[in-house]
Formats: sequence, structure tokens, C-alpha cells
Amino acid sequence: MTNVIAEIKKDYLYNLFLKGERADGRAFDQYREFSVERNLISKAEGSALVKLGSSQVLVGVKMQPGEPFPDTPNRGVIITNAELVPLASPVFEPGPPNETGIELARLVDRGVRESKAIDLEALCITPGKQVWIIFIDVHILDDCGNILDAASIGAIAALLTTKVPASKFGLGEDYPLPVKDIPIATTAIEFGDVIMFDPDSDEESIANTKLTVLSTADGSICGMQKSGTGVLRQEQIYRIVDIACEKAKEIREKFLEE
Amino acid sequence: MKMIAMDGSNISFFKEGLRLDGRRADEFRPLKIEVGVLARADGSCYVEMGGNKVIAAVYGPREVHPRHLQEATRAIVRYRYNMASFSVEERKRPGPDRRSYELSKVSREALEPVIFTSYYPRSVIDVFVEVLQADAGTRTAGINAASVALADAGIPMKSMISACAAGKVADTIVLDPMKEEDNFGQADMPIAMTPTGQITLLQMDGHLTKDEFHQAMELAIKGCRDIYEIQRKSLIEKYNQLGSELAVVQEAEVL
Repeated sequence: MTNVIAEIKKDYLYNLFLKGERADGRAFDQYREFSVERNLISKAEGSALVKLGSSQVLVGVKMQPGEPFPDTPNRGVIITNAELVPLASPVFEPGPPNETGIELARLVDRGVRESKAIDLEALCITPGKQVWIIFIDVHILDDCGNILDAASIGAIAALLTTKVPASKFGLGEDYPLPVKDIPIATTAIEFGDVIMFDPDSDEESIANTKLTVLSTADGSICGMQKSGTGVLRQEQIYRIVDIACEKAKEIREKFLEE
Repeated sequence: MKMIAMDGSNISFFKEGLRLDGRRADEFRPLKIEVGVLARADGSCYVEMGGNKVIAAVYGPREVHPRHLQEATRAIVRYRYNMASFSVEERKRPGPDRRSYELSKVSREALEPVIFTSYYPRSVIDVFVEVLQADAGTRTAGINAASVALADAGIPMKSMISACAAGKVADTIVLDPMKEEDNFGQADMPIAMTPTGQITLLQMDGHLTKDEFHQAMELAIKGCRDIYEIQRKSLIEKYNQLGSELAVVQEAEVL
């Protein structure tokens, strides 16, 4: 299900875009204010609450020893899940994750995995028998647009606070989870040849095309995903990627100084 | 073939500038497209691309079930990407998993922009893609097949969609990665586009610098262009053949 938005509001927003403006006064490449609150769930090994504008996303990390996959006997396992719970939006419904939720979880997972932010080999306890399993659970609390970027910030923030619960399982002392990179997702929408970043829910519901770029600290790309039923031209994609890597850098810097 | 380490670290992907299967970096695997391979479907297509074997069927426009999914102003498009349990080395548990949900979503979104859905309000166009044998690049093979099957079903479209991936192995950008290159490579980037260069699918995972990304994009676009020609030929071939058979029948009737 998608958001319904009045035609008149759609026209209003589009006319603003043509003048180079957005309804909340931001520039096209400007993110809403965001804040990260860390470790607010003491039962979790790591957690973070991200507020991006009015959007709120809570990410919790749990860890436990388990069996490795047969094809990677000496590597830890990352399992990412996202819950688009009905409290977060009038269009979310209870039940098993739908394709939007699955896509969101898989993109958050792709960021963490492909950036090699977590050294999976360091999470091996006994090769072939026992490795650490990291569960990253994304809980959307309030969907006011661009929950994917918020979730990606939340995931890496939660991982950065995660303590490996070794003592709980008789495996020595607890230690901080080694994190080597900070992958950031930056999402842009395209609407009538206007490209804008960090869309709010109104902007999201009028745009047909979204492009998410996952980038790493060295300024390279570790994942991308176009979604929606629109099209993008090659130069639009290049433009989005260029700005996305810049924006990710800003977010990463802001994030580290907090 | 020599032993492959678990992490692929001892594979040499290039031998005298050629890849494991003898391709150059900018070549895709042999592509075979057959149109109209299923009798019951409204349109169908079989695609072989290297070790990939996929079959696509299109049903519709037809009535939507369940009804609450129907849209008053346009047809909805459904796309189901499904892998046969025997299509991969280790048996895959039958039925949809998270990966196939995501692939179904992005593949549907790759095709929907060119379908004139507003011609058929309150109906559905169903696209079913079965992967019979997988060897890296099944989503692009599926989209190529589905696009031809849609045309075969007579669904009005703005254009065809062609899909192809570019990847990075041993720091080299290559077109259409095969299984070994995908598993042990450094990046994979499937795209789909119209013949006029409008991109309808873009995914990427791995590690690419911006320059490498531009290179991969150019290469994948070139791949799509070449694949489009083959798709087009396969359709013309089928309907030319149909045309000449029809002519023979008509001639016989006149006599």
C-alpha cells in the first residue's frame, strides 16, 4: 500500500520544485536534522535511535554463538531484519514483512556486509563449529520519509556501540565489536528532472524513482539500488552518485563528532 | 579446472588477457532467445545466457485476483521470480525467499515503466519467470526473457527492456560476470534499460571507486544495447515465420 496524496498538494510541491524550492525550505541536497541516541536498550548488545527530521528508527543488535554456514566455516554471520510495524505509519500493516520491508532490510544488510565494516573472520570461535551470529533488527517507529537512510545510520551506530557478550556464554571477557568502516546510505528521488535528497513522506509519494547509494569512508561505492517505477538517465545517476558520496561524507563526519 | 580455495584467492581470472571461459572483458556469454515456447501462456520466451536457463511467461491483461488489489485507473503488474530447487549447486528450498522477493520487486520495476498500464484499468499483467539453471546473472536473463514475452503477448509497450550486468574481478571491469567471477569477484552491477538509454534497473554490491563505476556503467549499457538487437531479431524471426506460414495457408484457401 502507498501513501495517498491530494492532487492539489502534488501540484503545489511540483510547482515549488520548479522554482527550486521544497515545502520545508530545504535545499535539494540538504538533509533534515538528524540525531543519534546510543545504547538506550540495555538488554541489547548495541542499540541506536535515529531521528531524521520526524522519522524515527530504532535499531537493536543482539549477538549469540551459533553454527556457521557450511561454505564459510570460519566466518561470523550477519542477519538483518526490518519490522515496518503498524504503529509507524497508517499504511503499514501487521503480518510478515512485505517486499518494501524485505528490500529495506536487505539494503541495510548490504551496506554493512559489502563495506566489510565487520571483520567476520574475527567472529569465528571454533572453525566449522561455532561463530558469532549478529542479529541487526531495524524497528521503524515513525515513517516520515527516507527511513532507509535513517535505518542505515542506525545500524552502523548500533554496531559501533555493540559489546560482544562473551562472558554470558562462557567465552571470556566481553569486548567491543570491531568495526572497520562506516557505510552510509544516501537516497535521492527524481521528479520531473529534479533530483532531491532525503525525501520526506510527501515527496516520496509523488516521486516514481528513488536511487539509494551506499558508500564507504574512502569515498567509493559499496552498493546501489534503484527502486520505483520510473526511469533514470545515465547522467542523472552520475549526478546522484556524486552528491551522494559528498553527503555521506558529511553525515559520517557529523556522526563521529557526536 | 584447478582447485578453487574457499575465498577464491588462488583463482587467476585472466589468462593472456582472456577470462576463464575465453571471453574478453567486454564480451557477454552466448545468448540464445526463443520466442513463444509455451502453449498456454499469452506470451513466453526462453533465454539461455551462458549457463543460465530461464523461461518467462506472460498472462494477461486479465482479471485481478484477489480483487482488492485492482487499480481503477491502470493495470497492475506482478512479477514472480522463482528459482527451481535443482537450478543451483546446493538444492534450494522451494518457494520464495527474501532474495527472490527483492528480485521480483526490482524486476517488476524494471519493466513497468515501459508498459502502457493505463490501457487496461482494473486488470493485471502477470509475469512469471522460472530459473531452471542458474549461473550468475539470472535476474538480468529473467528480465530479458520477460521483456520478449511481454512483446510476444502483445502487451503495448513504449519499448523493449534489455538487461545486463557488469562486474569487477581482479581489479578489472568485466561484462556479464559468470559464476566464479560473481562469487569471488569484487563487485556486481546489474542494470536494465530501454534502447534509448533510460535506465529502469540499477543495483550494485561490492566495491567500486567512482571511476570504476563509470566504466562499469558504460560497459553494461553497451551490453544492453547489443542484447536489445538479439531480442529484436528473435521477435522478428518468429513473426516473420508466422507471417510466411500464414501466407501459405491463405494461398491454399484461395486455391
